[in-house]
Amino acid sequence: MATDSQLTQWEVFIQSKPGANYIHAGSVHAADKKMALQNARDTYTRRGEGTSIWAVPTDAIAASNPEDGDMFFDPANDKTYRLPTFYVMPEGAKAI
Amino acid sequence: MELQEHTSVAADMLRHFEEKIERGDAIEPKDRMPDGYRKHLIRQISQHAHSEVIGMQPEGNWVTRAPSLRAKQILLAKIQDEGGHGLYLYSAAETLGISRAEMIEQLHAGKAKYSNIFNYPALNWADIGAIGWLVDGAAIVNQVSLQRTSYGPYSRAMVRICKEESFHQRQGYEIMAKMMKGSAEQRDMAQDAMNRWWWPALMMFGPHDSDSPHTGDAFKWKIKRQSNDELRAKFIDKTVQQAEVIGLTIPDKDLKWNEARGHYDHGAINWDEFYRVINGNGPCNQQRMDHHKRVHAEGAWVREAAEAYRIKKEKKLHLS
Ligand SMILES: [Fe+2]
Ligand SMILES: [Fe+2]
Repeated sequence: MATDSQLTQWEVFIQSKPGANYIHAGSVHAADKKMALQNARDTYTRRGEGTSIWAVPTDAIAASNPEDGDMFFDPANDKTYRLPTFYVMPEGAKAI
Repeated sequence: MELQEHTSVAADMLRHFEEKIERGDAIEPKDRMPDGYRKHLIRQISQHAHSEVIGMQPEGNWVTRAPSLRAKQILLAKIQDEGGHGLYLYSAAETLGISRAEMIEQLHAGKAKYSNIFNYPALNWADIGAIGWLVDGAAIVNQVSLQRTSYGPYSRAMVRICKEESFHQRQGYEIMAKMMKGSAEQRDMAQDAMNRWWWPALMMFGPHDSDSPHTGDAFKWKIKRQSNDELRAKFIDKTVQQAEVIGLTIPDKDLKWNEARGHYDHGAINWDEFYRVINGNGPCNQQRMDHHKRVHAEGAWVREAAEAYRIKKEKKLHLS
């Protein structure tokens, strides 16, 4: 008997309505892009959960390592001047 | 020296992990986790996935015999949902490093189990009502609790599943309610189905807290959030009320409201039967496994053809 292929694993991202961010829903198995989209539709949008789907081969995703999280995100931590609250507004000036 | 260093790194890892659990943070696939945690989850999630898939069999048996087009459409939609639930859960388990092929292999080898309840037959249409009402009802109680499980992908799968399950329970209850409004014969059928499914449904929550293995780590690591007996009590309290409304009798002469506990007390569960069925000697164990193996083997050519088609297309792409 041939080895039992379960095809390739794809990660599924769904946009709930036009304009919304694509959010990860889970994964499916499929041989190609078309099948991945069809399987994603049948698996994750049976009740109008989405208007658009992205399917990406799981292998193609680069993910940061949570172990390195502190170091990895460090460059953002000491730059509070990137936030509007860093700045002092003159007395009486209204926010735009 | 080296060994010592190694053990202290492992101890640090465990402490870090347990602090995270303590804080209520979700554990995600790339987080470091103790082997025991990973193993427990793989066992539990794959068993859960297999249950969803095997659970399609007793109901699938009734699609062509549903009493109306409406009933047929509803049943088909429900069964399709269960297939979806299986896929969400296989997908969650895969994030722990086990492949779907391995999980199916374990099921076929009898190394992985599925919920015992699906080793009982669906004998007539009233059983389809009882399954939706009682079996899905019990599953919901368990799954609502698991929405707060500590492993992120499992918890997210549960949230999605719970959104879909309430329709399953309601369609079953509707079938029972309709039959209870029908002829004397239909009422008897409904009561008979209730009598056969009530106790197996209670067994779905597993052994009593006093003698259930594995619970220690599962609670400490917040995989399990409520005990078997707590969940069972929740199910009984809700279901007894629904049974009364439509005039069904709970087949337990010892069932009575316990004011002090705020729950119903129930009669003794036949655990001998539970272990007999779980160990392979239920009415349908053989049938369920044979069916799964046969359909899996019969579908192999579809997977092979899909692969061959992909390879052919890729070659064409390279040539052009
Ligand atoms: Fe389900
Ligand atoms: Fe269900």
